[in-house]
Amino acid sequence: MTAPKKKLKVATTSLAGCFGCHMSFLDIDERLFTLLEHIEFDRSPLTDIKEVSPDCDIGIIEGGLCNAENVHVLRDFRKNCKILIALGACAINGGLPAQRNHLPLTTILEEVYHTSPGVSNGMIPNDPELPLPLDQVHPIHEVVKIDYFIPGCPPSAEAIWKVLTDLLAGREPELGHGLMHYD
Amino acid sequence: MSHTFTLDGKTIPFAEGQTILQAADAAGVFIPHLCYHPDFKPHGSCKLCTVKVNGRQTASCTMRALPGMVVESETEEINGERRALTQMLFVEGNHFCPSCEKSGNCQLQATAYHLGMMSPHFDHFFPSRAVDASHPDVLLDFNRCILCSLCVRASRDVDGKNVFALSGRGIKTHLIVNAKSGRLADTDFTLADKAAQVCPVGVILPKRLGFAVPIGERKYDKAPISETTEGR
Ligand code: SF4
Ligand code: SF4
Ligand code: FES
Repeated sequence: MTAPKKKLKVATTSLAGCFGCHMSFLDIDERLFTLLEHIEFDRSPLTDIKEVSPDCDIGIIEGGLCNAENVHVLRDFRKNCKILIALGACAINGGLPAQRNHLPLTTILEEVYHTSPGVSNGMIPNDPELPLPLDQVHPIHEVVKIDYFIPGCPPSAEAIWKVLTDLLAGREPELGHGLMHYD
Repeated sequence: MSHTFTLDGKTIPFAEGQTILQAADAAGVFIPHLCYHPDFKPHGSCKLCTVKVNGRQTASCTMRALPGMVVESETEEINGERRALTQMLFVEGNHFCPSCEKSGNCQLQATAYHLGMMSPHFDHFFPSRAVDASHPDVLLDFNRCILCSLCVRASRDVDGKNVFALSGRGIKTHLIVNAKSGRLADTDFTLADKAAQVCPVGVILPKRLGFAVPIGERKYDKAPISETTEGR
């Protein structure tokens, strides 16, 4: 990578994710310093920036869509980022959280807040502060256009590095044997 | 073995009666496939083995080799269509590889890796079919079934038991267990059956054996499917 004139702005977020994809991103270790010569972070769990800047180059999304707030954040990212990347199994196909899709939402909430052992006088939280859950978990490409996908649960640091460096170099990202994983 | 055809420009010898896929296999050339298994008659459902023969698409697992055929397989066009077919199989089922015991040993997954499938692209169906855990030694997760019918063929033609069948029409087609109750426990199925070994994906799983092989040592960790014997 040769140093560009202007650093690319990269925003990241976790929707219905586990933060594992962000951890795997950090697994690029010292290469993070190299990366920071080429990019600066915008809104991200790693920064204190609250809203995505309108001139972001790359948005990286982990996690699928499980509630209304996830959808708002995702739309915001799409509006403000030139390139949107789905990072990890959850963003790509809903992931393991989508295993709730065959259960009615009310059954799940009842079980967690009413009937499970250890809950006494439980009630399903109803404060308007709280985002309403969606009836099913959805992959993010069902709501906005996604430009690139990095599979894995989580994708390995090598896979993330490969896609990012391919993109920064203007190459079409490609993962060969060993980097291509859905698990 | 006096006859030959060409596959992507390479001369492939074949014996009378062999299909294109069988001849390619024997010559060590990989053509993606999911419902074909060398021990059984071809089925022709997955269409992953599609090639172009003299300019027209056809399933190489059912098409007999003929002298002088010009066959194309590893082209951008055909691999693109194979990728789309694989994506369709992924969205039709619940393929949550991160928690699937077959991950790393699964032919569907390895084929998707081979084809460079970065995402399933289409909207998911999220089917909801009950798991059958009734059998003491075997678990069935029907949500991963790709309807290749290998278990049906193995149980009927090798084990002589007829434990499995495909039932229903269109997208409602699904695998059933041939028992009045519909439960595997009420059949004479055993782990020693051929049908217990053939599922290319994670439907028919032996109980208490999951996740025994360390990551890195599973079948397709070691080599991509195209370089694995018989592509499996
Ligand atoms: S059957 Fe194969 S493709 Fe499906 S979830 Fe299991 S490992 Fe993944
Ligand atoms: S259970 Fe497995 S072997 Fe049987 S039809 Fe389904 S995918 Fe094929
Ligand atoms: S292998 Fe030929 S159609 Fe499935």
